[in-house]
Amino acid sequence: MYTYRKYYEPYVSPLDPCPPMRVKSYETPPQLYMGFQPPNLPQYHPREALKQGTLWPALFAPYTNPYKGPGGGVDGGGENPDNG
Amino acid sequence: MWVYEKKLQYPVRVNQCDPRMAKFLMEQYGGADGELAAALRYLNQRYTLPDRVIGIVNDIGTEELAHLEMIATMVYKLTKDATAEQMMEAGLGDHYADHDKALFFHNAAGHPFTAEYFQAKGDPIADLYEDVAAEEKARATYQWLINMTDDPDLQDGLQFLREREVVHSQRFREAVEILKEERDRKKFF
Amino acid sequence: MAGRTPITDEQKEMYFRMMEEIQAVDFVLVELNLYLDTHPDDQQAVQQYNEYVQRSAALKNRFQSMFGPLYGFGNSYSASPFSWKEAPWPWQV
Repeated sequence: MYTYRKYYEPYVSPLDPCPPMRVKSYETPPQLYMGFQPPNLPQYHPREALKQGTLWPALFAPYTNPYKGPGGGVDGGGENPDNG
Repeated sequence: MWVYEKKLQYPVRVNQCDPRMAKFLMEQYGGADGELAAALRYLNQRYTLPDRVIGIVNDIGTEELAHLEMIATMVYKLTKDATAEQMMEAGLGDHYADHDKALFFHNAAGHPFTAEYFQAKGDPIADLYEDVAAEEKARATYQWLINMTDDPDLQDGLQFLREREVVHSQRFREAVEILKEERDRKKFF
Repeated sequence: MAGRTPITDEQKEMYFRMMEEIQAVDFVLVELNLYLDTHPDDQQAVQQYNEYVQRSAALKNRFQSMFGPLYGFGNSYSASPFSWKEAPWPWQV
């Protein structure tokens, strides 16, 4: 199983003018991993499919603002000791 | 030809009166990775693709026109009842001076739409790889737009559009596999 | 077909409810269509597609009898006077 989001820690210089964002992220949605879609994957019911934007849970990739996590850092950054 | 359906693909809701957000959404109306560029790119490429992949490119191009209408609906609703003062405060003063509330095909920074935003190379692999990239770039734009609004209703519509980019990217990747002809062709029963 | 523009709150509420049912069923059709474009041999998906074609047509018949045509150019019947051109357009609702 893979994750929809990856994290990295950019180099922090003492000369950077803005307070550092210690953890940054990028998205890695399911189409990067699926290959040719296999037949008979489980489906959402029609109403749920419309809401999610796809018929197949295997292709659903949720997205929320990663910089609106607790403490204003990247979400999950709370688990990172560097992120205060 | 095309048949117009008197319905949106997805129920677009906008909760907050926020004309400033309309300015940013224009990126997906008349921007390089926007829905117009996507629709025209695919519907133009389809003439010179191998028969096996024309269908998917034709149908995704058609769905993009429905997404263009969704973006237009968001922009229309966000600016419909805004005053000239509100338009100016929202950074839409220069738009208003030329167009009032009319939509115009330009990006968030006001650059007019151009056919140079997309390519038709005539090489099926080159064209389909461009299409995959176009979907990923549009997905990214929707992420930045979602980051810029607190309106849960608007986020909901943008999340739908972002997810469609994921599915389209998947299908274009499959089209490449079909053209490679190396895929283990399974039979379904 | 005697469809009318929704005017009262109840009619608008009904319009949204029925429209969303159509949007859900038609969305399944869009997804299956794109899937079948690259998986034309998936018989089960073809069968599901055809079932949803039928469901979509039934929902649209009912919607159009209440709120007027969803299609122009001969793909829906019209009441008299010609009701295709009546509001609301999709971006107005």
